[in-house]
Amino acid sequence: MIEVDNLHKSFGESHILKGVTTNFEKGKTNLIIGQSGSGKTVFLKCLLGLFTPDEGYICYNGNIYNDLSPDQKRNLRQEMGMVFQGSALFDSLTVEGNVMFPLEMFTKQSKSEMQDRVNAVLKRVNLIDAHHKYPSEISGGMQKRVAIARAIVMNPKYLFCDEPNSGLDPKTAILIDNLIQEITQEYDITTVINTHDMNSVMEIGQKILFLKNGHKEWEGTNKEIFKTDNEAVTDFVYSSELFKKVRQMYIEERN
Amino acid sequence: MKVNIIIFTDRSLFYMNYIASIGSYFIMIKEVFRKPTKWSIMKTLILKEIDELVFGSLGIIIFISFFIGGVVTIQTALNLTNPLIPESLIGFAARQSVILEFAPTFTSIIMAGKVGSYITSSIGTMRVTEQIDALEVMGVNSLNYLVFPKIIALLLYPFAIAIAMYVGIFGGWVAGVFGGFTTSASFIEGIQLDFIPYHVAYAFIKSIIFAFVIATIPSFHGYYMKGGALEVGKASTTAFVWTSVAIIILNYILTQLLLG
Repeated sequence: MIEVDNLHKSFGESHILKGVTTNFEKGKTNLIIGQSGSGKTVFLKCLLGLFTPDEGYICYNGNIYNDLSPDQKRNLRQEMGMVFQGSALFDSLTVEGNVMFPLEMFTKQSKSEMQDRVNAVLKRVNLIDAHHKYPSEISGGMQKRVAIARAIVMNPKYLFCDEPNSGLDPKTAILIDNLIQEITQEYDITTVINTHDMNSVMEIGQKILFLKNGHKEWEGTNKEIFKTDNEAVTDFVYSSELFKKVRQMYIEERN
Repeated sequence: MKVNIIIFTDRSLFYMNYIASIGSYFIMIKEVFRKPTKWSIMKTLILKEIDELVFGSLGIIIFISFFIGGVVTIQTALNLTNPLIPESLIGFAARQSVILEFAPTFTSIIMAGKVGSYITSSIGTMRVTEQIDALEVMGVNSLNYLVFPKIIALLLYPFAIAIAMYVGIFGGWVAGVFGGFTTSASFIEGIQLDFIPYHVAYAFIKSIIFAFVIATIPSFHGYYMKGGALEVGKASTTAFVWTSVAIIILNYILTQLLLG
């Protein structure tokens, strides 16, 4: 479980996060949504420890991140998996090399043990024939799957995803969403996803945090988001014609 | 209550940025040597960098050195019109110029362009594509992982400089003898005349320090760059300029300290 209390973050004059308080539960897919510039990425980077908050704290299973020693922080980071927006695969390594990288770096496993683990996670993300290909030789959807495989290869307790669906076609986006949700439940991990894809919200949003101008505007589940009266949330959710029509049909059906 | 107000002008902010950058550079150097990467991985990275940075540059180093040696010889020969000056001075001047300056300093400026821009653009691209963030999230000391192998690989740089010295003098001999400016015997007599081994040591000391500069300044510009593809190009150019400036200033200081 991740608890966030009164998180503030500024860059120079611009105050990006203005006192965000929330918690992300274990075994659930937690979504952070909001318009571009609402502070989602800064919030996620604070959770990852890439940015140090100016005020407030982040607590991982009862341990406040800023109070940890450098060694404890390093150990905690090895319990985190991250899927970046652009996948962030290492260009110079093959698919297999990318997934094996954390194992080679942090474990004392034998080559065959590492190979078995890599084969298992690549099979889990439905990538069987791409072991020796380089990231530039595979599609965007496959790159995302490799990034997920790399993120889960160390059996993380926390999985973070920054816009995992960006640049993917709707069908592949749904596959990636489902894969993340299955992995979250299967490995019983705390997953935090940064997105503005409404399909993801509908499909896998077990807990949703809506950020607006660096504030927590609303939080709830994917069922509650369609019933809320919060104007900022409804503006965001029903910004597309498709969702406006779905809402209209829902209201007509209810009446 | 007395309140002191400091007004920062545009010019003072400009200088403060430079001072801040110099400070960040030294903090980066400290971070590079902190928390080392696992040796089994580092070994592979070092070998890869040796291949890329040193062996990959030998072609251009040999090409430049050969012609520089040739030009120095021709120019010396053309300026020695007094019949009282022995012809062996052509070989002597070529040797001294190549060993003391052209091989270590001129080659380093070329390497600042070739190797420096490669280092800045490769690290800068990793920054833009979030690969450095990926390393940090995993708990890897990204500066040690990316910069340390380059520093170690460039410890072999004096070997490349030794080749540059040899090829430069050989280029001088070819230009001198086949251009009809001197005879082979007097050129060889010249390159053996008053030879001081310390001058070679001086050149190697300079090249080791230049190698450190070539590995770290472009890494600094790549690692701390912000923006996209366009900024990667700008960072490469800036890195080349600052690496060249640092080499030229250090060349002056080292010459004063070691030969002055």
